[in-house]
Amino acid sequence: MPEIGLKTHVSHLKSRFMNRIKQKLQEDKKILSIYFSAGYPNLNDTVQIIQDLEKSDVDLIEIGLPFSDPLADGPTIQASSTAALKNGMNTALLFEQLEDIRKTVSIPLILMGYFNPVLQYGVEEFCAKCEEIGIDGIILPDLPLDVYQEEYEAIFKKHGLINVFLITPQTSDERIKAIDSASDGFIYMVSSASTTGAKQGFGNEQSDYFERIAHMNLNNPQIVGFGISNADTFEQATQKAKGAIIGSAFIKHLTENGVDGIGDFVKQIR
Amino acid sequence: MKSYHADERGYYGEFGGAYIPEMLYPNCEELRQNYIQIMQEPSFKEEFQQLLKDYVGRPTPLYFAKRLSEKYNTKIYLKREDLCHTGAHKVNNTIGQILMAKKLGKNRIIAETGAGQHGVATATVCALMGIECVVYMGEIDIARQAPNVARMKMLGAEVRPATSGSKTLKDATNEAIRDWINNPVDTHYIIGSVVGPHPYPDMVARFQSVISEEIKNQLQEKEGRENPDYVVACVGGGSNAAGAFYHYLDTPEVGIIAVEAAGKGIDSGESAATSALGKIGIIHGSKTLLMQTQDGQITEPYSISAGLDYPGVGPMHAHLYASGRGEFISITDDDAMNAGLELCKLEGIIPAIESSHALAIFEDRKFNPDDVVVVNLSGRGDKDLQNYIDYFKL
Ligand SMILES: Cc1ncc(COP(=O)(O)O)c(C=O)c1O
Repeated sequence: MPEIGLKTHVSHLKSRFMNRIKQKLQEDKKILSIYFSAGYPNLNDTVQIIQDLEKSDVDLIEIGLPFSDPLADGPTIQASSTAALKNGMNTALLFEQLEDIRKTVSIPLILMGYFNPVLQYGVEEFCAKCEEIGIDGIILPDLPLDVYQEEYEAIFKKHGLINVFLITPQTSDERIKAIDSASDGFIYMVSSASTTGAKQGFGNEQSDYFERIAHMNLNNPQIVGFGISNADTFEQATQKAKGAIIGSAFIKHLTENGVDGIGDFVKQIR
Repeated sequence: MKSYHADERGYYGEFGGAYIPEMLYPNCEELRQNYIQIMQEPSFKEEFQQLLKDYVGRPTPLYFAKRLSEKYNTKIYLKREDLCHTGAHKVNNTIGQILMAKKLGKNRIIAETGAGQHGVATATVCALMGIECVVYMGEIDIARQAPNVARMKMLGAEVRPATSGSKTLKDATNEAIRDWINNPVDTHYIIGSVVGPHPYPDMVARFQSVISEEIKNQLQEKEGRENPDYVVACVGGGSNAAGAFYHYLDTPEVGIIAVEAAGKGIDSGESAATSALGKIGIIHGSKTLLMQTQDGQITEPYSISAGLDYPGVGPMHAHLYASGRGEFISITDDDAMNAGLELCKLEGIIPAIESSHALAIFEDRKFNPDDVVVVNLSGRGDKDLQNYIDYFKL
């Protein structure tokens, strides 16, 4: 059976190479990560967007699994998520689209979504599929730390997947330390108390928060997300942190331009 | 002993917990660490009980429905939550939570509402306490529940339309949660049922438990025993049912009957019978039974009764169903409407359509002549008049 061959091949690779995210984080540069909703603007744009982002020298890509009730997201990502579902996107189809993605790109890939679709797919099956395709990490904001550790950590690790946790300006130091020790890649640092895409620019409150976290000397580097939309906010966010994530602003670009001009969009950022 | 109450981490069997993004963690954690202690403080208890008595009008009567009992040849008592101020049990919870919010030092309240009953009950207690109130309501519900929208406005609340997703209750709940994420310090979220992340299901159940506490005392007086043979309640999210079942959960002699909305029929594709149609998953921060696609997308339920139109069910009820402790019955629109009209004719009480679902079980579910069956009459039908008019061409 070719399947057995593939499995041996994958585990062989795993032992030979470090997870792509970790490898990227070791580079002496600021990380630019881009988020988009799979299946948006058109159902079959997923692969094209990933390839163009890699060509544009982006460092990391977060592929959004659309969900009917994205309660941590603002209007822009809600709309792209709803449109993607209307286009017919679902977990199984996304995996199909990504089947051969590693033949064309080597950029670290993260799947980001809500827990329920993953639970319905089957956590073990989901993780196995991710490994098979060459996904490097997962972000599920509504999978809590304690449940992850008790029920799923072993499965994620078995399949070589990095699980990324969020912290916010309201997260206590004690909890940040617990999250740091449970993390094995980077920490997703939510810039302000908000849903995605809300704030315009960063103020003193953010600088204080960025400063405070930088001083904690955490084991894992931090990548800032929420409210980063242009060169200014990217620059501000990455003064202390290792990198920053752009979501809503990129989705707006896709809404206006489709998959054209992705390189130009990235060039405006850095 | 096996208990059907929440454990310390907010689980009922495998259901419950707090599946929330980190942005909500500090708020839920603050509540979790404090709610039981606050509820046990003498000053809290005193004010809560005082308001339930003088403002809500408790205890609500336990009424022996003589003609209804004769018709179905069993002893039917109605717990008259319809006589509460604002017309339904919802206010028991909002009184409790507004006092909780005050103890926690919050000065802004948000809530979600479907039909507007919980929105009105929240706007009411905010007016009572002079606290700012924002109620999220699906754009579609705003259009079809105009009188309750007007009530909330008269009571000083701001009604904000939820325009995302299907523009109904589940989306209003998403919007309220998003508001809470954006206002993590000064705001308390008064959720309207035994749903959402821990500690909400347990906290709301405790506030509603006054219903079964009163039933026990009243039944002792009327029947010489605290325990009925059955307690019956309709289940949307499940708060009136949680209150009616609460003190009987761990008393196996008392049968628990939960009634869900079958809409146009379980297999019609237009239904809200979560126990029959749902699968375990995550909705609004809780692991419970919910109606969803194979891919895990949450689907839109349907019922003629806006208060039962929720795609999930509180984790307590998911556990009552999965464990077999509760008997679950689903009732169609038609059967509920007819049962509602029957109560008008036999007892002179116009029930809320939600409550009519609980009344409708007697057609098919037979009881012994000496069984004592308590039906929680969760609300009155004033809010549903237009529905009754349209349905019966009155
Ligand atoms: C009169 C009445 N009964 C029942 C319900 C359903 O809610 P729950 O299941 O939380 O009691 C509602 C909700 O609006 C209601 O207004």
